[in-house]
Amino acid sequence: MPPLLDIRGLHTEFRTSAGVVRAVDGMSYSVQAGETVAIVGESGSGKSVGAMSILRLIPDPPGRITAGEVLFDGQDLLKLSEEQMRQLRGSQIGMIFQEPMTSLNPVLTIGRQITETLEQHRGATPAAARERALALLGLVGIADAPRRLKQYPHQLSGGMRQRIMIAIALACEPKLIIADEPTTALDVTIQAQILELMKELTQRLNIALVVITHNLGIVARYATRVNVMYAGRIVESGSAAAIYHDPRHPYTIALLRSVPRLDRPRQARLDPVEGQPPDLTRLDGGCAFRPRCRFATDACATARPVLAQAGIEQGHWAACFNSGSLSTTDQAA
Amino acid sequence: MTPTDARPLLEVKGLRMHFPITEGVMTRRTVGEVKAVDGVSFSVARGETLGLVGESGCGKTTTGRCILRLETPTAGSIVYDGVDIAGLSQKQMVALRQRIQVIFQDPFSSLNPRMKIGQIIAEPMKVHGIEPDAAKRQARVRELLTICGLNARFADRYPHEMSGGQRQRVGIARALAMNPEFIVCDEPVSALDVSIQAQVINLLEDLRERFGLTYLFIAHDLSVVRHLCQRVAVMYLGRIVELADSDTLFDNPQHPYTKALLAAVPVPDPLIEQGRVFRPVQGEVPSPINPPSGCVFHPRCPIAVESCKQSRPESREIQPGHFVACTQVGLS
Repeated sequence: MPPLLDIRGLHTEFRTSAGVVRAVDGMSYSVQAGETVAIVGESGSGKSVGAMSILRLIPDPPGRITAGEVLFDGQDLLKLSEEQMRQLRGSQIGMIFQEPMTSLNPVLTIGRQITETLEQHRGATPAAARERALALLGLVGIADAPRRLKQYPHQLSGGMRQRIMIAIALACEPKLIIADEPTTALDVTIQAQILELMKELTQRLNIALVVITHNLGIVARYATRVNVMYAGRIVESGSAAAIYHDPRHPYTIALLRSVPRLDRPRQARLDPVEGQPPDLTRLDGGCAFRPRCRFATDACATARPVLAQAGIEQGHWAACFNSGSLSTTDQAA
Repeated sequence: MTPTDARPLLEVKGLRMHFPITEGVMTRRTVGEVKAVDGVSFSVARGETLGLVGESGCGKTTTGRCILRLETPTAGSIVYDGVDIAGLSQKQMVALRQRIQVIFQDPFSSLNPRMKIGQIIAEPMKVHGIEPDAAKRQARVRELLTICGLNARFADRYPHEMSGGQRQRVGIARALAMNPEFIVCDEPVSALDVSIQAQVINLLEDLRERFGLTYLFIAHDLSVVRHLCQRVAVMYLGRIVELADSDTLFDNPQHPYTKALLAAVPVPDPLIEQGRVFRPVQGEVPSPINPPSGCVFHPRCPIAVESCKQSRPESREIQPGHFVACTQVGLS
């Protein structure tokens, strides 16, 4: 079956006074219908810009998508007109952003923000849209829905606002939802509520979910497939089990080792990734992780490695010349 | 200062910090209060790291600010090295401020953008007259930068030229400039990426050993707290609900809120996570303006009984050093 979303060689640049920032530098991955895919990476790795590029929400200038294909249900989103794209956003592809306060309109009621989507995309009558909005609030676990519809975003808590965002994303029964750090601004007990809700709803309604996060615990719990990003590229891709238990890229290995674990007694020292993330205006022809990599060899300076089969699992890829010989024995220690 | 000193370096008893809510422009009148901290007691031994954890609005930061005397507490005592500092005037606090320092969460907003890194670190030494000689002060700045893992050349840079991790190292260097004994670390690694976070955590550990520092470590990330702290206090709506040594608290939590908090954190291992049944605690944290009666956790608590609505549970020592404020723990 062809994937629901297939991204091939996507490049997004920002022209700044400091030079051209290659924020997304050849990103490729695919998402099957109904699947939850995680994009993991640190600040500046290009994970958010990558997601915004799929939706063509990159402000131009200074940003520009310079190359690649974004095939959604077989059609290349990069070739659509602005009007066609507007029709697609919010109807076939839903979005959930990190900060629900800034992504909701402060001067419109909750009810208006949900019904607007339905009237725009579905041509629903005001009465039908209101009916549907009430049902959606029930779906995302908001009690006392008629009163909530009349309220404004500032009258709700952060967790409640994020539930509203989910309701809006679900309103037109999309095939795909892109969630960019959906729970980073929330407290842990609320985060757990929201994530379980998203998991339950996406499974029940067979919606594919691309979740962008830096939290390795969330990825382990919710993702079927994991893409690790570094310096604008996917450096490793595989099932959650393969990525966590048989990582084949030095960056993934280093990332997993550097996090303190809640379920383990305290160790003497953490094992951080040394050095700083790269300056994206000054990438050379070699592997971008090379300066911080403990496995780097001379070959790593000559070319940028591309994703290739790694490990024993089918569909586990890593972009590393040495992925076959990495020692990960102390990973489970 | 002997290391065998049995007396804790810091002892907080019955700390309350209530902020008035006022109304009116010409005639201000108080219409209520926010009970940010409502009867908190704990102690920190010399050389120890005590973790203070909880969700937004639980009062952990306000507790830290009271200890720093950035707030004047409504009630309670804060005994630092034998002196109750809760009622001291700002003038009397000046000498103590050298001994108690702070590292803030956001390394961007806590560094003056118009000052060079060297000036930022040197300023407290100048203000407190620790090093009146300018040349020696600059030498000390370079030494502090090196101690904190930065190149001494950074002294001539501005904060905006540095990454988040580097700025946080500057914040640490500035705190160290006073040769403090006690540092309140308020979410010092929360704004950092995971790979950088581990570097800063290791630095904090190294400094504690090297200079015999004592930390009050305020954070919401439980994994970081488990790694760094010997003992941990869990706060909820202005109160400490559980306090124990780190491994006991994380492996054998007793208070229903602590259990809920720990259960809500997914661990980075798909095998563990995908086999785990997840039942997140329902509801949200109530407002500290009008907190629930009795035990403040009772509206969300899975084991609450009728009496929990009436009386506030006292903290009980259920095992040596393990305190729980819940009447239902250890009953059945």
